[in-house]
Amino acid sequence: MKRVLAIPYLLWMVVFVILPISFMIYYSFNDMSGNLTLQNYAEFLSSNYLKMTLNSFWYAFLITVITLLISYPLALVISRLKHKTFWLLIIIIPTWINILLKTYAFIGILGINGVVNTIFETIGLTQIQLLFSDFAFITVAVYIFIPFMVLPIFNSINGINKNLISASYDLGASKWETLTRVIFPLSLEGVKSGIQITFIPALSLFMLSRLVAGNKVVTLGTAIEQQFLINENWGMGSTVGVFLILFMVFVMLATRTKKESV
Amino acid sequence: MTEIRLQNIHQYFDDAHILKNIDFTFSEGKFYTILGPSGCGKTTLLKIIGGFVNPTSGDLYFGDKKMNDIPANKRQVNTVFQDYALFPHLNVYENVAFGLKIKKVSKSERDERIKEALRFTNLTDFKERDIESLSGGQKQRVAIARAIVNEPDILLLDESLSALDHNLRVEMQYELKELQQKLGITFIFVTHDQEEALALSDEILVMDRGHIVQAGSPKDIYDEPLNRYVADFIGESNIVEGEMLEDGKVSIYGRAYECVDGGVKRGTPVEVMVRPEDIILKPAGEGHLNVTVDSILFRGVHYEICVLDEDGYEWVIHTTQRSEEGKKVSIYFDKENMHIMVPGEKEEEFNERLESYEGIL
Ligand SMILES: Nc1ncnc2c1ncn2[C@@H]1O[C@H](COP(=O)(O)OP(=O)(O)OP(=O)(O)O)[C@@H](O)[C@H]1O
Ligand SMILES: [Mg+2]
Repeated sequence: MKRVLAIPYLLWMVVFVILPISFMIYYSFNDMSGNLTLQNYAEFLSSNYLKMTLNSFWYAFLITVITLLISYPLALVISRLKHKTFWLLIIIIPTWINILLKTYAFIGILGINGVVNTIFETIGLTQIQLLFSDFAFITVAVYIFIPFMVLPIFNSINGINKNLISASYDLGASKWETLTRVIFPLSLEGVKSGIQITFIPALSLFMLSRLVAGNKVVTLGTAIEQQFLINENWGMGSTVGVFLILFMVFVMLATRTKKESV
Repeated sequence: MTEIRLQNIHQYFDDAHILKNIDFTFSEGKFYTILGPSGCGKTTLLKIIGGFVNPTSGDLYFGDKKMNDIPANKRQVNTVFQDYALFPHLNVYENVAFGLKIKKVSKSERDERIKEALRFTNLTDFKERDIESLSGGQKQRVAIARAIVNEPDILLLDESLSALDHNLRVEMQYELKELQQKLGITFIFVTHDQEEALALSDEILVMDRGHIVQAGSPKDIYDEPLNRYVADFIGESNIVEGEMLEDGKVSIYGRAYECVDGGVKRGTPVEVMVRPEDIILKPAGEGHLNVTVDSILFRGVHYEICVLDEDGYEWVIHTTQRSEEGKKVSIYFDKENMHIMVPGEKEEEFNERLESYEGIL
């Protein structure tokens, strides 16, 4: 009976996870004319792609750190508010809007005739090119990831037994000491999930980089898009994909939470 | 120096009136026990003293210092929380070390004090253990160690021995009492266990629905409970309706008895309490009332015998005398062992009345 119930999920896994990944691995050993080769891997390990990899990691790192720096205090404040579910909802609502729409909205805000520049102009500053810069890329990415980071952190802070906080004060700890010695360590699981949920997608952002960063930001995500859609070199695209998956697995393992490791 | 004074404290949570006009002074260096049924506000009272709840109205003083606006971390108070509240990310040793580290106590002194606290709580072998791996009783002892290692002026203990087995509990009771006497600090101990309260306390506070009903030494509370509520809460009791005839005379079921209470107007309906262990079984006809033995229960130290008098009222007797079910006997009690309670009397009126005839009767 149990086996019968598992069949739909197994089918799903095979069709949508195992088969695509197998195809990808297979393609990654093909050159453009379909012959088996290791050339793609050799090329990936050449300086160009390594630089791209480093670039991807660097941007993903920046995005994650900035998102965390904004989200942690935000989650902490929300957990103290009276109507916390309401405020949480306010933070979460933007995730219901399509990413593409949000990105275009940012183009409207940051563009040369956008809101920010209009304000700059009226207060007598010169217009500056905000769009198509790594600044714009990081801003938009951080904006998009904040809710995903806030949610797990909020949940873990909110789950801390109030008496533990009382106990910390009871033992003489100030607010700051309570934050660093009790609240933060006890919300670490939430922080880890938040990092996973931000860092991994941030590694492979490509649409954002194209639309907001122009060609200023070249990452593994944009490389894959380039290989598949422009160079039509499926083999190379797959190779980059394989590495991306390896990196993700690595990040997952590195930020593994306690419960998962048991 | 650290007398704790609660002045007209009221506590509301939303609309619920949880503490009602608490007016009490805890003197320095005594062992207090708060007794009361679940939900009567014991924990809330401790939280007000500890600084985790701000009273809706009323003032809290430590000595002459008003404490209402002093945050918990600035009070010389440590608490053993009802749910232990141990830090799950720290092991036993680190939990106990928490307060000392915050106070920047030097490493050598810290180690010394922690060692002593762990020894006191029988936890020396557990110091490297994770909190999650401890049993309830072990957690409770870690919580005690974590509090006492700070050598506070006031220690609040919220049902802190409830999870221990009988032997360990008795052992910890002795040790706590000893510790309290050694340190000379004020203990405020919440418990459900009246024997524990009687054994440990210098003073017992009996609470009911947000009030302190009666406070006094264990002996006062046991021998002279204010009313039926206190009498039933502490120990077991036989309570019968009576009527005051004059000072030193009370009538029960129309029969006059000598007693040692007074200060009550003639004809006042009263309740007469006799503790089960103060009743003596005598051969039929020789005691106050003739009774029939209804049931006998062996309780280890004594028998618990239920008897029915001729009017059908039930009396409970604790005695080491043997008897048999259905046997006709009689019960007797000394006048000193009868305690007269006036329904509706307040604690102050009661204390005044006791003082008014002290030494006379
Ligand atoms: N923070 C709070 N918000 C709302 N109600 C509360 C709060 N804390 C306590 N109460 C209520 O106040 C009442 C008294 O609670 P308290 O914890 O003081 O009882 P207690 O005497 O310690 O009971 P127990 O013996 O079960 O521990 C309870 O009805 C409880 O529900
Ligand atoms: Mg309680």
